[in-house]
Formats: sequence, structure tokens, C-alpha cells
Amino acid sequence: MSTFSEIYRTLPVEALVQQSLDTSGRTLDPVLRRGRALTLTDFAALLSPAAGEHLETLCQHSQALTRKHFGKTIRLFAPLYLSNECVNICKYCGFSRNNPIPRITLPVDKVVAEAELLAKQGFRSILLVAGEHPKFVSNGYVEDIIERLLPIMPSVLLEIAPLETEPYRPFVRAGCEGLVVYQETYHQPTYEELHTAGPKRKFFWRMDAPERAYAAGFRRLGIGALYGLYNWRHDAIALAAHALHLTRRCWKAQISISLPRMRPAAGGFQQKEFMQDRELVQTLCALRLLLPHAQFVLSTREPAHLRDGLVTLGVTTMSAGASTEPGGYSSFDETSWTPTREQSGEQFHISDERPPKVIADMIARQGYEPVWKDFDLALVK
Amino acid sequence: MNSTAATDPLVIAGRTFTSRLFVGTGKFSGPEIMRDALAASGTELVTVALKRASLSGKKDPFANILEFLDTERYLVLPNTAGAMNAEEAVRIARLAAAAGLPQWVKLEIHPDPNYLLPDPIETHKATEILVKEGFTVLPYINADPVLAQRLQDVGAATVMPLGSPIGSNRGLDTRHQIEIIIEQARVPVVVDAGIGLPSHAAAAMEIGADAVLVNTAIAIAPDPAEMGRVFDWAVRAGRRAYELGRPPVSRAASATSPLTAFLD
Repeated sequence: MSTFSEIYRTLPVEALVQQSLDTSGRTLDPVLRRGRALTLTDFAALLSPAAGEHLETLCQHSQALTRKHFGKTIRLFAPLYLSNECVNICKYCGFSRNNPIPRITLPVDKVVAEAELLAKQGFRSILLVAGEHPKFVSNGYVEDIIERLLPIMPSVLLEIAPLETEPYRPFVRAGCEGLVVYQETYHQPTYEELHTAGPKRKFFWRMDAPERAYAAGFRRLGIGALYGLYNWRHDAIALAAHALHLTRRCWKAQISISLPRMRPAAGGFQQKEFMQDRELVQTLCALRLLLPHAQFVLSTREPAHLRDGLVTLGVTTMSAGASTEPGGYSSFDETSWTPTREQSGEQFHISDERPPKVIADMIARQGYEPVWKDFDLALVK
Repeated sequence: MNSTAATDPLVIAGRTFTSRLFVGTGKFSGPEIMRDALAASGTELVTVALKRASLSGKKDPFANILEFLDTERYLVLPNTAGAMNAEEAVRIARLAAAAGLPQWVKLEIHPDPNYLLPDPIETHKATEILVKEGFTVLPYINADPVLAQRLQDVGAATVMPLGSPIGSNRGLDTRHQIEIIIEQARVPVVVDAGIGLPSHAAAAMEIGADAVLVNTAIAIAPDPAEMGRVFDWAVRAGRRAYELGRPPVSRAASATSPLTAFLD
């Protein structure tokens, strides 16, 4: 079977975007009646302006499908930033190497201390995030961290720069559950314009990272596009194609999809493309109708009122009380869970700053159970 | 309807159950709601995904699902959901036993996270290992009669064929295969997964299943406790009907007042 980058080269994304924009009631009605998108064409119809007029119906379908498969539960996790050192120049990212921010790579003990603070807040699932730098790989740094964290954090996921299959294997052996790689944008010319220097320039290499990670044994694969870089319909359609491909080719992996939108960051990137709130909701619901079993992740990039509204509409996983600065949690007041200093080394500034307990209570108030632990170390080691 | 209508008790590995409704603990909107639904369902066996519990032996307020299960009232049946192969399932079963849970295990090995269909090869392998170690093993399987036989050969305490995929609420799609499993069974047959309505549960019991396991249909119901209660009724009704015997099936009508009665 071909890799996604091979398939992508012949994927008619632009034509599907046009089809989406031109969608009429006649194309849309059967999809809405069925409450399922069976093809990318159906999916494009659900992203259409015409479908936007039926957002309530989309939400009803999405909620029902999500409840059926995941029940009334929301899994909680926190990101933990290991390092903001990075060799890439990416115009929109706070960690871009040309941004004058304080740089740090946390020593292993410091990472453990950060994780302990998160564990006290309730987290049993963590996403380790790092910029792209040769110093993190091939020297046992990440493996050490995973092994030290597992006793307090049974679920550890990684969001690091793409690697070959072999260098991923030690992370899996150490007990890491999953890997997250966002394509950022699936529009190659825009991708090349935004990533001006560094290994991240390799568009297709990045695209196949989830498949290499699967070959190495990761059981959870996270993908996503960063909305605000290019036309949202284009990126959502390509993302959906990617997810469908991974579902077939990586059949043992749980596919999770994030829908991050741009946030202010160091470097002051000026957005030209925007995804409105209603469009975000429409995309989330359309993805659910195409991928009933995928996990959908909602981060603290989104404002509180929107996150509250999305809890019951198709999301399965949420972060809470996040810091995007390496070592950021150590500066949080443990009781109020608010930063006691400016997070000058952060990747971007979050929007929903409420502490984890407040998020958990908010989820419970909506009749959903906040699930802190949904994985056990014994499954992997 | 008299909800206490007696049906004959079910015995699995020497333990007697008066309720033939087993209930899963996933997907509930909160632990208190789960606890109330379990109580209302009259179940005596509940299954828990170990991945959601604290197995370290230490209490964890953020992974405390076991604290909501009254072990006087229920047999807590640990399940291995999340395991993708025999090795992982065996490891998690051993850990649960070491943490003080009963040495019973519901084997759930599903490498495919979408339909959660059980892996027959890995399930057989894990059953063999765990039975030898003294576990009472209840394997979740596809409705495959030969696999069911092979699992009984290696000492499974029950077989648990699926009616349809987990959470699908589609009922007994595999009915005819389950009938063969029941016909050939040497151990209790528990229909597990896909039971979305009380009528599905009743149908499974009417064809001679020894018990059913229900989770999603109760957990995501608007009123889980009430749904638990009506499943209890359905299971009892279905079982009682099975015990009474099914009337013969015929394509032609058979009048309840025969036209020739005057000749008798």
C-alpha cells in the first residue's frame, strides 16, 4: 500500500474545495439525512457554506455518534514542554530559531519535577513537546524521561520532529504510547513559504512520519493541521484524507486528530487566513461524521466559552491548565494553578487559562465524566 | 411484571449468580450514576477496564473507579481492554491479581481500536496461559463456534461471543452463530457486546444464552438506572421463556379454537 505522501500527490484537494463551495442542497441532503460521511466527497459537502446553514443538525449527529462510541466521557491530558531550542525557522512559531526568546532544554530531573506537579493536579496522561534539535535524539534523553515518568504518568505521548522508523523504536520500548506530528498545512506552496530554514522544510517527509511511527510500534497516532496558515477547507479535506488513509494502513493504531487554530506568539506572525468559530464547529462535526471512531483533541488554544460548548459535540480529549514554556509549571502557584511570572519562553499564548480542576468540574456539570487515567503502564511494559 | 420472578441460578467456576445480567462500567457520565445504575440492574457481576483503575496498590483519587464498586454485592471482573496482544493481556491480568482483585479475568484483546473486534489467535494464547496460572478466564470472542470449542478445550470458564461490535447497539447480528455455540457449549455462554435494547437481551436469553453483558446501552441512556432496571426485567423474562420452552414454529396459522373441536 502506498504511503500518504504518495497518495497526496494525486489527491484532488483543490477540486474538492471547489466542489465544497459549490455544494447544493441536492448533494448535501442525503449526507445530512444519513448522518454519516462515507467518502471525501461527502465530507467536502459537509464543509460547504450550504452545510453551514445546517450546523445544528450536524452537531446533533456528531454528538450522537461520539456518545455511542466514547460514552459521556472526556479524557484529560497536559502538555509538558521539554525544550524550546529549535533549528527551524517557521514564520508562525514562537520557538522559531530567529526569535529572541530565552532558550532552555530541561534536564531530566526538572522534567520529572514538572510532571509531579501535573500529577498532583490529577493528570495521568501527558504529551511531551519539544522543538527540533539534534541534542534530544539518539542520546537516550527522551527514553530516560519516558522511563522516569511512567510510574506517575501511565500514558506518555510525544510531539517531536519527524524521525526515521528506527530512531522511534527506543521510545516505544521505553513505554511511550503515541506520537503526534502536525502537518501544519497540507498546502505545499504555503508550507514552503512558512518554513524557510531547517529540516522541517521537508513537506513529504513530515507527512509520512505517522506511518513510520506506526511501523516502530506506537499505538496512538496524532495528526492535525494548524488553522490560520492556509484555507481551512483545503487543510481539513487533506487532513481527512490523511486520517482515512491512516485508519486503513495503520489499523492497530488509535487515530487522534487535533484542530488547533493559530494563537499569538513571539515573532508576531500576521495571519491572512482565518477559521471562524462556526467553521471550527462545522469542521469538527464533519470529521466526526466521516471518522466516528477517531479521537478529537481540543487544546487550551481555544477560549473557555467555546471549549465548554464543544465538550458534548464530538471532542473526546482535552488539555487543561497548560503551559507552553519548558519549565513553566514550576512557576505556577500550586493552589490557584496560575503562572507567578511571565512565560517568556512559551511557544504560544494559551486562551483558556482555567486550572485543571475547574475544567474537570465544568465537564462534570455537563453530565460528562472527566477521565484522568485511561491507560496503564502494564499494557506496554 | 414481577421483577423478582425466579429463574434458575447461573454457576460459573463454582460461583453462583442469581442475576444473569452482567454490566460493564465504561462510558458512564460519572461514577455515582454508574453506581446507581448497577444497583438498579440487580447485577452481581460487573466488569472494569483495568486501564482506568489504579493498580499500584495505592489509592488514587483520579483513578478511583473501583472504590465505587461494592465488592460484597458484585464480583468485580477485571477486563484487559486496551491490550493488543496476549502478552499485554496476561501482564495486566497478573497485575490485577497482584493488586488484590479476584483471580478472574475477562479477556478483551482488540488490536483494532475502531470496531474493537477481538483477536482470536491472541485470545486463545492468553486463555491458555492464564488458565494454567489458575485464573478463571472469560474470553470475549467473535461468534465463532470452532474458536469457542478450542477455548473450552483449554479451560475457559465461559465463552463470551459478541452479538455485534461493542457499542454498536445493533443487537444479535450473529444470532445463528451464537445458536451453534450454545448448542455445543460445555460452559456457560455469555452474549457480550452490541446489545442495545432490552429486546436484544431477551432474545439472547430466549435462544439459551446463559447470561448477557450490557454496557453502552445502559451507560449512555438518558436515565441509566431506569435502563438498568428494564434490562434486568428483559433478561429475566427471556430466561424464564427459555426455561418454559419455546413453542413450535410454523409457517401456517394454527387456530387456538380448532374448527373441529365439536367432534371431540
